[in-house]
Amino acid sequence: MKIVILGAGQVGSTVAESLVSEANDITVVDTEPLRLQKLQERLDLRTVTGNAAHPAVLELAGARDADLLLAVTQSDETNLVACKLAATLFNIPTRVARVRAADYLSHPEIFSDQNFAVNHSICPEQILCDYIVKLLEFPESLQVLEFAGGKVSLVAVRAFHGGPLVGREIRYLRQHMPQVDMRVAAIFRHDSPIAPEGTTVVEADDEVFIIAATENIRDVLRELRRMDQPVRRVMIGGGGNIGRRLAQAIEDHYEVKIIEYHKTGAERLAAELGRTLVLVGDVTDEQLLQTENAGEMDVYCALTNDDETNIMSALLAKRCGARKVIALINRGSYVNLLQAGQIDIAISPAQITIGTLLAHVRRGDCVAVHSLRRGAAEALELIAHGDMKSSRVIGRRVEQLDLPKGLTIGAIVRSRGGDHEVLIAHHDTMIEAGDHVIVFVVNKQMVASVEKLFQVDVSYL
Amino acid sequence: MAWLLAICPVLGIIAMAMSASHLVPIAISLLTGDGMTALFAVSMALNFILGCALWLLTRTSRRELQIREGILLITLVWIGGALFACVPPRGGIGLSFTDAYFESMSALTATGATLLDGLDHLAPSLNVWRAQLQWLGGMGVIVLVVAILPMIGVGGRQISKAEIPGPMKDDQLTPRVTQTAKGLWIIYFALTLACFASYFAAGMSWLDALIHSFTTISLGGFSSHDASLAHFDSIGIELVAIVFMVLACINFASHFRAWQERSVRVYRYDSELPYFMVVLAASVIGIAIFLWANGVYPDLASTLRYAAFNTISVATNTGYATTDYARWPVFAPLWLMFLGTFVACSGSAGGGIKMIRAMILYRQVYREFTKLAHPSAVTPLKIGDRVVPDQVVFSVLAFFFAWLATLVSMTLLLTLSGLDAITAFSAIVASLNNIGPGLHQVGPAANFSVLNDFQTWVCTVTMLLGRLELLTVLVIATPAFWRK
Repeated sequence: MKIVILGAGQVGSTVAESLVSEANDITVVDTEPLRLQKLQERLDLRTVTGNAAHPAVLELAGARDADLLLAVTQSDETNLVACKLAATLFNIPTRVARVRAADYLSHPEIFSDQNFAVNHSICPEQILCDYIVKLLEFPESLQVLEFAGGKVSLVAVRAFHGGPLVGREIRYLRQHMPQVDMRVAAIFRHDSPIAPEGTTVVEADDEVFIIAATENIRDVLRELRRMDQPVRRVMIGGGGNIGRRLAQAIEDHYEVKIIEYHKTGAERLAAELGRTLVLVGDVTDEQLLQTENAGEMDVYCALTNDDETNIMSALLAKRCGARKVIALINRGSYVNLLQAGQIDIAISPAQITIGTLLAHVRRGDCVAVHSLRRGAAEALELIAHGDMKSSRVIGRRVEQLDLPKGLTIGAIVRSRGGDHEVLIAHHDTMIEAGDHVIVFVVNKQMVASVEKLFQVDVSYL
Repeated sequence: MAWLLAICPVLGIIAMAMSASHLVPIAISLLTGDGMTALFAVSMALNFILGCALWLLTRTSRRELQIREGILLITLVWIGGALFACVPPRGGIGLSFTDAYFESMSALTATGATLLDGLDHLAPSLNVWRAQLQWLGGMGVIVLVVAILPMIGVGGRQISKAEIPGPMKDDQLTPRVTQTAKGLWIIYFALTLACFASYFAAGMSWLDALIHSFTTISLGGFSSHDASLAHFDSIGIELVAIVFMVLACINFASHFRAWQERSVRVYRYDSELPYFMVVLAASVIGIAIFLWANGVYPDLASTLRYAAFNTISVATNTGYATTDYARWPVFAPLWLMFLGTFVACSGSAGGGIKMIRAMILYRQVYREFTKLAHPSAVTPLKIGDRVVPDQVVFSVLAFFFAWLATLVSMTLLLTLSGLDAITAFSAIVASLNNIGPGLHQVGPAANFSVLNDFQTWVCTVTMLLGRLELLTVLVIATPAFWRK
């Protein structure tokens, strides 16, 4: 696939890194030659220096025969213009733009083909914010991801000593909760995947991924973790774009405090927010954290734009006694250092955003992709097309499919006359045409075989 | 002192307008044949001649007014207006100058305190004259509080700047004020008309309906009967009064916008309105329960009726009464007086601190609490979604202090002159907040005639101070105001 990425910032470079390993032709455009140079040193891709909203620059980047345009520069306006140019001048079939201003987003009609011709707009800050909101809603999970318009959820939980999960075989779950249908999609032990079978025994500190209908998630979590106290008090470190959005989203449901370093920024925050208590100060100031009772917090979220600050702040909050700390960490190496340590959840903004973009890159009719475990694993939602002859999956039971080890079919969402029915996949579940199939792969290398599995046989067409 | 001359032609024009307003009582006098025609004609001529002379002599120095001139003009309009309006009561009833001036000032400030007995036997034209003065005063007050004071920014008034439609210009009293004033007067007039029709439909004579619609919409409270609205003893009339007192006590800027946009939805943006309504409703219910518990009235219906009417009347600074509420167990009348100090919305003819300032004061206190518990917290003071600048908060605090200082010092002055504490205190509360009747010797069943001349003057000055939001008047007494 030929992909043009506009903007070599945080999002752009992570996407490039993720896609370059999948045998795509990638060109990155940015105004900053130094950034491009750094990227080129690491990755096998082409770079073009220049303004991404200029036709000549796009032409140079190979827009003529590109399949996909990812406009993810810092500027909404550049992204919108680039999409329009890509549509009018270069006929790039799929155009994705990062649009952050809520003002633009509140007028979705401007993205139509007659206007800015944006197929999909993404707002990384909003995606991150939604992600954290979900984590607060399910405090015992490490991750909550939704599929099929929220019908199916995938949750990651850490098994802990004394919990109901540890020391038991997976099939015990079925006996334990006969009324709730669910499926263990994968288990990661010491960072390596284990293909779960009925007889697999869960150990302490295992990361367990479970798929279930969204309405059952709360029951499932309650059984697994004996439910932590629900979250009531939340402290947010950093009142930037993400912190502000988060505070706005949750201030009516939780008791929220937010710390912002700059006085003017804090004043603006306080004006915009309603019930949130806005504090001025340094998020790594132990004194401040202590006087503001960081220790009494159910969740502390370090959301500044600086990795080190977030780590330090989260560690301090944890030491003060915060029940759960979440830190925003961009650098993959830091994430690997910390995840199992004192920071309960390390969130990599780029990894969360990238899933949305990956859905456009995948072959086959892919609805959603969630990148998991720092991009190592993936959960995909695909639509099965064709019939018995042209498709490798339709009309077959799950046990009849030749699935590689580590690939799990988790759930199927079938629409019946407008209603959506969630089927948790078992060995005898039959796949039909039009089904949304949620697939979990423990290793990204297997994505190609998933794509192949769901591709409609060309000879048939 | 050339700048002083600039306001003289304006004063002249206002005097001439006042003279035109004599036409209504003259017409009433002719219609009813009460023999006051000549008196009003003389008064009218006097007003006209004085005003015309003032205008002719100084008209060449007329120009766009600056803020300082505006402030002086406002005060002079009320002082001078009351002076000109003295003639009919002095000539018609033979009041002393002190009493006539008190009566005129009480009318022009829409206070409603009176020292007249036997209102029922007063010439109809004089009763109309008193009521009309209140109506004109209310009209002036509304333009003052909606259009002029926000521009000057007295006592945190700039908070309501945003409520005024149109672009803002801070430095001059621009022609836009004229536009706003016209719109406000149309609403004021329409409300008065509706009120008149409703009173008439509820069973008042046309004369009573005219007088009471004048004094209801201006939240003045003069009545043509000694017994006030108790004279009619009609639930219908009381309900009409309640509805229009409440309507007239809402910010006229909101009415203005609703009228401009032809939609009642704009009232949702009025941040005072919900508090006004809730405080009013809660007080009515609370007072009713209190009276019921004390067995003041034999049945629940009349308890509710008297509680609702008198509470709303005093809280909105109107000052009608349907019963001698001063005889209620003491908590109730005190609570009514307390309501009268702050319930009125900012852009109405109601007096006192105003709901918006009370909200700011309350939030400032709460803000200090937050600051104590969280020293690093940033806590902007918000009204609705808007952040109130600290400058405004300081202004409001200054206003509140001036209000409190006036209340205390004037009360002390009255007690010094020999009045009892309750009478002195309630007379000052009633004057300062333009409520009308006080308690005890100046209660709803009695009137201000028990005061001696000195005490009358104290109340007169207090009414003026309260009406013009204290600082507007007090600033004139500062050396800084007169500095070149």
